[in-house]
Amino acid sequence: MSAEQSPKIVIVDESPIRAAILEEGLREAGFTQIVHIREMQSLLARIYAVDPDIILIDLENPSRDVLEAMFQVSRAVRRPIAMFVDQSDSSSIQASVEAGVSAYIVDGLKKERIKPILDLCVSRFNAFAKLQEELERTKSQLEDRKIIEKAKGILMKVKGLNEDEAYVLLRSTAMREKKKIGEIAQSIITASEMLK
Amino acid sequence: MTATLRIGFIPLVDAAALIIAVDKGFAAAEGLEVELVREVSWSNVRDKLNIGLFDAAHLLAPVAIASSLGLGHVKVPIVAPFSLGINGNAITVSPALLAALMEEIDGDRFDPLATAKALAKVVAKRRKAGADPLTFGMTFPFSTHNYQLRFWMAAAGVDPDEDVRLVVLPPPYMVDSLANGHVDAFCVGAPWNSVAVDLGIGHILHFVSDILVRAAEKVLAVRQIWADKHPDVVAALVRAAVKGTEFIEETANLAETSHILAQPERIGVDAEVIQRTLTGRLKISPDGTFRESARYLLVGREGAGRPEPVQAAWLYAQMVRWGQTALSAEALKTAMAVFRPDLYDAALGHSGDGQASTPFRAFAGPAFDPADLGGYLSSFEVGRRAP
Repeated sequence: MSAEQSPKIVIVDESPIRAAILEEGLREAGFTQIVHIREMQSLLARIYAVDPDIILIDLENPSRDVLEAMFQVSRAVRRPIAMFVDQSDSSSIQASVEAGVSAYIVDGLKKERIKPILDLCVSRFNAFAKLQEELERTKSQLEDRKIIEKAKGILMKVKGLNEDEAYVLLRSTAMREKKKIGEIAQSIITASEMLK
Repeated sequence: MTATLRIGFIPLVDAAALIIAVDKGFAAAEGLEVELVREVSWSNVRDKLNIGLFDAAHLLAPVAIASSLGLGHVKVPIVAPFSLGINGNAITVSPALLAALMEEIDGDRFDPLATAKALAKVVAKRRKAGADPLTFGMTFPFSTHNYQLRFWMAAAGVDPDEDVRLVVLPPPYMVDSLANGHVDAFCVGAPWNSVAVDLGIGHILHFVSDILVRAAEKVLAVRQIWADKHPDVVAALVRAAVKGTEFIEETANLAETSHILAQPERIGVDAEVIQRTLTGRLKISPDGTFRESARYLLVGREGAGRPEPVQAAWLYAQMVRWGQTALSAEALKTAMAVFRPDLYDAALGHSGDGQASTPFRAFAGPAFDPADLGGYLSSFEVGRRAP
């Protein structure tokens, strides 16, 4: 795709990581003209300055309502901007709203050209959400590991066990009570603090 | 009957009936298990309601009408079996604009015609001096805020599209935008006017009840298709909301109501600010001047909960006046049918007979008659009516 044909895309997102993930995807797909707007002050003025063909905005962004106003005050824009919606697009809308992204396009841009961009947005937004989830999980695993270390220390001290024996005791208790090792470890810490 | 519902809302005081209905257990008592979902934009609320991610929503009354008419977005018929609030907005101006207006004013400072005329003079002076046009913030193209600002200034000949700039701003950004001079004034709901006054950067010029005696602000919105399919759930939801308003309107419950609404996952501002809004006693100036109006925000009392089709007709007339759509008898009928007093009456076991609709009254213009929208609209000099 030549630069001439590549539509100008604005990404409005306060999350720099998510915007970068989306931008990377768009560039891989051959879109070359991409501008990321992170600052929400005078958003419309910035958008008018870029004069984009397509605007992508995340749904956590209150400034989405600002974009809706562009349909009403189109005199200030080169071309009227209309949202990528008609009655036949309900599945695209559903997928994008669920993923947390919305697209606005300049009137006249062909629908066939928008669909792949929106699909890409949806998959990148979903990928970002998954990434965040994994990050959360890793964090809680780290947290668990710290708790288990502490509980092992308590067991070693109170029951005179070595490290392996303390861990085996934790694990077998967790299995017997059908709980996570982290939960058993936490209750040992709580109990030991109460008994101090 | 039991039903599980997801209901979207924007953190504003006129979501009170829904929040209280859920948090005080009135919804549960009706067999409804409700998850209230706090949203950040009206566009999100509209889209999530339209595609069924929400079963019901706290929605701007004009958005419910626009959605039913397919204006600005996909056409999804919406019905409003309950009115969540009447009035409740205010116009706040910067100290500089207030001073300019007071220099020009001829008459009562609380008379909207006098302030509008003063605004016309300020606008003319600025134009002569080559200054930028004044900028007014409001919340959404299809909003009462937009129409209230326009109605007010146009009464004195100020053209809202030519003589000033009207810009959409998310309510939480209004105060900052006024402070840093991005806007000279704004029209927004509670609590944002009070926040600007408390910070010393704004003066409340008007309660919108100065401009329109009684204007439908937010509605409880559901998809028509959903309402047709679940009449019992709609009725239960209306009854729960009515119980919510009864609780709110009881003076003895004021502190508890404000406390519940102030929670971070609900509206998330000081309980004291919410209390001011609910009592209609607002600090209007940083110097501590208070002003009180029994009509500042009506939640439940004076029949506020019963949707009145005449209100929908007036809102539709504004869409026509400002060029958002063309006048058609069929569209008017569709707009009026969004407001469903019959569903409200059925839920409460009222017959609805003898429930006369309150006539629509404003500080300017002729009497409003939905049967003669063309005549009503042609009486206004300023407008963007599509040919």
